[in-house]
Order: sequence, then C-alpha cells, then structure tokens
Amino acid sequence: MKVLVCISHVPDTTTKIKFTEDNSALDKEGVQFVINPYDEFGLTRAVWLKEKEGAEVTVLTVGGAEVEPTLRKALAIGADNAIRVDQEATDGFQVAKQIAAVAEAEKYDLIITGRESIDYNGGQVGGMVAALLQQPFINACVGMEVEGDKAELIREIDGGKEKLSAQLPFVIGGQKGLVEESDLKIPNMRGIMQARKKPLDVRPPAETAPRTKVGTFEKPAPKGDVKMVDAENIEELVRLLHEEAKAL
Amino acid sequence: MSEVATQALKGGEFVIRESEAPSVFIPEDFNEEQRMMAQSTTEFIEKEVAPQRERFEKKDYAWTEELMKKAGELGLLGISVPEAYEGLGMGFNTSMLVCDRISGISGSLSTAYGAHTGIGTLPILLYGTEDQRQKYLPKLATGEWMGAYCLTEPGAGSDANSGKTKAEPIDGGKKYKINGQKIWISNAGFADVFTVFARIEDDQYLTGFIVDKGTEGMSFGDEEHKMGIHASSTRQVFFNDCVVPAENMLGQRNGGFKIAMNALNYGRIKLGVACLDAARRTTSESIRYAKERKQFDTPIASFGAIQQKLAEMSLRTWVAESAIYRAGQDIENNIQHLIDQGMEADKAKLKGAEEYAIECALLKVFGSEVGSYAADQGVQIFGGMGYSADYSMEAGYRDVRIARIYEGTNEINRMHSVGMLLKKALKGEIDLMTPAQKVADELMEIPDFSSGDEAGLLTAEKDLLHRLKKAFLMVAGKAVMKYTQDIEKEQELLMHAADMLMEIYVSESALLRAEKLAQQKGEAAAEFPLLMTRLYLQQAAEKIGREGREAIYSFAEADEQRMMLMGLKRFTKVQEPLNPKETRRRIAAAAIEAGAYPFNPF
Ligand SMILES: Cc1cc2nc3c(=O)[nH]c(=O)nc-3n(C[C@H](O)[C@H](O)[C@H](O)COP(=O)(O)OP(=O)(O)OC[C@H]3O[C@@H](n4cnc5c(N)ncnc54)[C@H](O)[C@@H]3O)c2cc1C
Repeated sequence: MKVLVCISHVPDTTTKIKFTEDNSALDKEGVQFVINPYDEFGLTRAVWLKEKEGAEVTVLTVGGAEVEPTLRKALAIGADNAIRVDQEATDGFQVAKQIAAVAEAEKYDLIITGRESIDYNGGQVGGMVAALLQQPFINACVGMEVEGDKAELIREIDGGKEKLSAQLPFVIGGQKGLVEESDLKIPNMRGIMQARKKPLDVRPPAETAPRTKVGTFEKPAPKGDVKMVDAENIEELVRLLHEEAKAL
Repeated sequence: MSEVATQALKGGEFVIRESEAPSVFIPEDFNEEQRMMAQSTTEFIEKEVAPQRERFEKKDYAWTEELMKKAGELGLLGISVPEAYEGLGMGFNTSMLVCDRISGISGSLSTAYGAHTGIGTLPILLYGTEDQRQKYLPKLATGEWMGAYCLTEPGAGSDANSGKTKAEPIDGGKKYKINGQKIWISNAGFADVFTVFARIEDDQYLTGFIVDKGTEGMSFGDEEHKMGIHASSTRQVFFNDCVVPAENMLGQRNGGFKIAMNALNYGRIKLGVACLDAARRTTSESIRYAKERKQFDTPIASFGAIQQKLAEMSLRTWVAESAIYRAGQDIENNIQHLIDQGMEADKAKLKGAEEYAIECALLKVFGSEVGSYAADQGVQIFGGMGYSADYSMEAGYRDVRIARIYEGTNEINRMHSVGMLLKKALKGEIDLMTPAQKVADELMEIPDFSSGDEAGLLTAEKDLLHRLKKAFLMVAGKAVMKYTQDIEKEQELLMHAADMLMEIYVSESALLRAEKLAQQKGEAAAEFPLLMTRLYLQQAAEKIGREGREAIYSFAEADEQRMMLMGLKRFTKVQEPLNPKETRRRIAAAAIEAGAYPFNPF
C-alpha cells in the first residue's frame, strides 16, 4: 500500500505572530516552524500502517528549501521518503494542484491531509485534491481502519459521529482521534540520524497559478483588562456590568 | 602576546593568544540534525517530565528510573557511544547539547543522567577491554542497564586517592576480593553496573573494577536525606568480601586514579552545560512571573530593580553558553584531529579532553555559579512565592546547590585550573614566562596611552580583553616568581588567579560569539550579542581588577605593590564605559517582550 501524507510547514503554536510592514505577509524572522499538528496525527496513523501492514509512507510539502527541516522531521518520525514540490505555497488551489500532479504520477492508495493547517486555516487542500483526482474525500476523520482495499472510517460531525465505509483510493482530512495525542511520537535519535539517509526528492512544480491573493492581515484587537470580582460580591458585579462593560 | 590564531588554540593557550572569531564554534553553528536532537530532547522533557515535575520532590526514585529508561528508548543515553556498541556515534558537542536540554527541568534527572552517561559509562568506554565494552556498553547506551560510579568514601572526598577500599588478589590473581565503603553514590538504588575504585595491596594509586549488581558481598545503605535533588538515588555502597573476576579490572592496576581524573574532565564540562538549561528555565519563569505579578498597581517587571536581575540572569546565561560550547567543540575537534593523525579513537577521546582540562575545570565552576546565581535571583523575583515549596523556584534553588560540590568542589576546580596552567608552563607546553616577563617589563616603561583607535567592530573590547590577559599574567607571573613551588600553599592567591582566568575565558568567548554573529548576519542582527559582550567585558574588567588587587595587596609590598597596582589599573581600564543601567534595561526589555529567555541560539 502506498500512502501519501501531505505535510504543512507552519509556525509553532506558541509563536508571537508579526506581519511584514504592509501587513501582507507573515514576518518569518525568528519563527520556529513545525509539522502542522493536524498532519502529525495523520502522519502517526500512516506510520502505524507502515508498521502493521507494511505500507510505504511518503511525505510531501509544497514549498521552498526552508521547509526541508520539517520534512526531515517527518522522516525522523518514520516516513520512508519525502517529496518537496519546489514552489512557494500561496493558496489552497495551487497547493492542491501540485499535490494532485504528484499523486497522478505516483498512484497512492491513500492520501492523508490535515483537516486544515493551523496557519491560514483554509481547510481546502484535502477536498480539492480529492476533486482533482476524482476520489472520495472524508474530512474531519477521527478514525480509520484499513482492511485490504476497504476501510471503515469515522467522521466527526456536529454533535456526534458518522461511521462510513469506503474503498481505496481516497483522501482524508485527518485530526486528533486518528491517533491520540499520547500516540504522537517524539522523533528518537536514531530516527533523526536515519532521516539524513532517506530520500528527499525535490520536484519541479507543475504548471499552475494561484487563484487567490492575500491583501492584508489583521490581528484581533487586544483583550481588555480582566477584573476579578469576589463571588460573594454580586452588587459590584452588577455595577461593573452596567457601568463599565455596558452589558446590562 | 598579540599573536592571533586562525586555528583552535591548545588548552590554556587562550591566556597568551587571541583567537579569530571564525575559528571558534558558537551555538548558532549547530546543524539541522543537532538542532532536531535538541528539540526532541526538549519535547521529551516538556511532554513526559514537566507536567509531573512535583514527583521529583516527593522522592519518587522509581520515576527517575522510569524516565531514564524512556530516555534510553529515545536514544538519549548513547549519543557519543560508538555505533559499534549501539550508540549513535555523534561527536562530543552533540552529547553536550543533549545533556544541556535534558538537565534543566530538575537536578534529580540531571544527576541521574550525568552519573549514568558520564562517570557511569565513560570509564568503560575509555578504558574497557573489548570484551568489557561488548558486554556493558550496548546495554548502557540503550538504557537497559544503568550505571554508577563509586569513588568517594567517608574519609576520601576531595582527596579521592586516599580511599581505603581494598582489592585483594585471590586464587593466584584470577580474582579480586573487594572490601570497603563508598558514600554518596548517585544511581546506587537502581544501577546495574558499578565502576568501583579500590587499592590493591600498597599501591600508590587506586585501581578500577567493574562490579555487577547482585554480586555477593555488595550491599547498600538507605537513601540519603538531601537538601535537594530529592529523586536522585544516593546511597552508600558496602563491599564485604565481594569477589570479582580479574577480567573485571578496568584499565591497568594502579591506573584507576587516572581513570577517575580523566573521566572527570568530561564530567566537569558536562556539569557546566547541565546548568545552562536550568538557568534558562529559571530566567524564563522569572520573566513570566514578573510580568504577571503586580504590586503598587504595576507589574513588577517594570521595576528597574527587577529588570536589573532579569537582564543579568539572561546575560550570564548567554555568556556561559558561549564559553561552554566553544570549549566543547574544541574538544571534539581535537579528538578528530588526533584520530586523523592515526591515534586510536579511545585514546584520542582521552587525550582530546585532557588537553582542555583547564577549560573543563573553569567551565564547571562558571556554569554551576551562573546556575546558582539565576536560581537565587529567581527566588528573589518570586518573593514569598519563591520560598514556597509549591512553586518551582524553591526546588530549583535547592537542586542547583549540589553543582558546586560534586565533580570536584569549585575550590578544587579553581585550584586545579591554575595548577594545570602552571604545570603546562613548567613542562614547556605553553610559554607563559615570556609574555609574563614582557608584561613585567612593560610596568617599568612609560605607558603607551595611544588607544590605537583603529575603527572596527569591537576594537576597544578586544583591546580591553588583551589588557585583561596582561593583568592575569602580571599577577600570576609575579606570584609564581615570589613563591615558586610553594604557590600551592597560597590557596587564596590561586582562587584570585582562577577567577581572573575564568573571567578572561568566558568574556572572550562572548566577544568571539558576538563578532562571529556580526560577521555572519550583520551588525544590526547581532545587536544584543554585541551589547551583551560590551556589558559583560566591562563587568569582567571590574572583577578582574578586584581579584587582582586583592592578590597584589596579599603578596606584594612597597614599590612593587605600587607599580603593580598602577599596571592593574591600566590593564583593567574601560576606555569608554557603557551605561550599565540603560544596557540592562534594553536587555530586560527584550526578555520581557519575548516572555522568556530571549537569546536561544535556535
Ligand atoms: C548528592 C551527591 C552525589 C554524589 N555522587 C557521587 C557519585 O556518584 N560518585 C562518587 O564517587 N561521588 C559522588 N559524590 C561525592 C562528591 O564528589 C564529593 O562530595 C565531593 O567530591 C566533595 O568531597 P567531600 O564531600 O568529602 O568534601 P570534602 O573533600 O571534605 O570538602 C569539604 C570542603 O573542603 C574543601 N577542600 C577539600 N580539600 C581541599 C583542599 N585541598 N584545599 C582547599 N579546600 C579543600 C572543599 O572544597 C569543601 O569546601 C556525590 C556527592 C553528593 C553530595
């Protein structure tokens, strides 16, 4: 079985986000990048498929050379090989086109994307890849058992869960539940050393252009001061809600 | 004296020669693979250790053992054990980096890790026979077995060679019977392999033996009640007619003391590096607390008195890091150099570190004192909460205290560093006397006040550093001339000299790091490194001046004293003083803005 895990290279969740002067792009100076957390659940699930079913796991990122450490981390966690499509990732459509182009050539049985990336939260790539490949797409996937060319899947839906079955090949948008937080692997030292020897294939991009362009970014307004009111002191609470918060 | 080296200097040579920035290693030079290893280690600490940190304070020794096993599974116990013995075969500075990142969370884990990977594994790696290595190293590298090191005895601490534990040859020398008592043995409660030092007959020196857990005649005392490192197992180990086969002798008969001392070169610099992340964590937690804690309606982080502390904690940590990794890479490069010249790897590892024994001793002292400083200031910033056992400052403060005691007390290491430098000079390995004589002559000349004001990056600082070296050469040179061999008995002077030497090494390391960063990334990007270098050098000049004066008052009189004091004043003069208040405020502002220790190299 050939599994492709699409990895987004995103700022660490604790990053203090700054934008370039005209607010049109992220200021990457001093930012620590990591594997997109949603993708990490998918990657870990893929590594299980490798360990149990002997799947071959490829990881892929669309991006410049600066994303390679993230790919090598994925290799250290257990992927077999990596592909970097050499193009700056600008919008979901363009990324999906690049992934689909690779997938057309490589014929994967299963493509795992994250439900969304935590940087721009577009949540588009998985669905678009599936559409471009004319394959089913199971988003918000929180469980997957593969048996031969069939799979039982669980999706998270509003207020509950949906169980479904599907035939390979298909695309999923993964998240926590696919594996649990405690299943995520810390890359061990030997894995890190082996990552250096695993293939990381840099491929020229397919012909495509982004369909959207970012104008500017805006940060949410800073939170106001928090006032602590003693639980016994209802009067003061009412007064503050009335006079200061003007909520009453 | 102003010879500039483009290659790494020999051990101790820094005091008579200058280095070029590109020739020194800086923490920013760590490559992607090394960084990933460091990040994995940090991830392990944050995920598996930090959330349950209080278990250390509850003396949960089993947890320490469990964490060590997990560290073994991650490969953290065999970083520089050769691949042939199931280690990773990485260079020395990588093992330093991992030791740094694993050690900051708690002194308990740090001690268990240090005792296992350092003194517990290294003697076998460096001196073991092929059979001994095959038998022990793979299991030690993977964490299947835990190691301990038994040198200290009730009557033999700093004077380690005076141990009374005996090893008596029996069965015609096929076996040895060990009798004696060891004290303060880290990991004793869960170790599987003990490296034990004992004296055979009336030998001048000790001999090392490997003793397996469960060997008949070996027993343990209760866990010691300690000030800190509460979940580090520390017990006495008793040997009562404990018989081991002669194959378990480690190295040569009579060669054990050398083993003990050589393992300590590594142990010392590793202890220095082990204090770094504790200092970073303390600094980060102090910054966070100071931003949140309000008094007089103001976050205490906006008070100058607090900012001064935050800046100084950050500064010293950064300086220590600069010096420790510089020396770490010098050791690694020297090992490689010796191997390239045809030396066997294990011998090269011995000689490689021995060359830098002076730096190792100085950095053990500096690292542990920076760690202690940060811990003490951390408690102060937390105020009453700093004194509360419910907050991390209290445990950190108690834990770090041991670092100034074990692996050779800081007094022993101070004396050792100067002692070794003088020995190298006597053996002709370093020519201290010519430059010292030059400095002495210079005292008689009319001083050259032209500041040689060439423009250029850090020119004034380099000039100051150069003069600080002269200050050391003047004081140490005169003291040696006066006391000759008896200088050993003038311990107070050795203490002053060691502090001068230490400040020279660390401030030079800071300067070279800032310069290299400025060369690589431009002066604007190196703003804080340059600023910190200037501030630190200024402080180093003050300290060196103070230590030098105390020494001069102590051994020189009349005209000689006057002349030396004048020389010292000249050598330690800061030409254009930096405003320390403003500089610390800027450093503190960066720390507060970052919300954590702001100068991580990656
Ligand atoms: C928690 C802990 C863990 C340890 N783990 C280990 C271990 O795993 N294995 C092991 O073998 N040992 C271990 N030790 C022992 C440790 O290395 C010794 O405690 C240390 O070397 C100091 O020896 P001592 O305690 O006998 O102090 P002493 O040597 O009695 O020193 C007392 C004081 O006198 C000073 N002093 C001593 N000699 C001189 C001198 N010549 N000139 C000037 N001042 C001097 C010292 O600096 C110190 O201030 C451990 C100790 C502790 C507390």
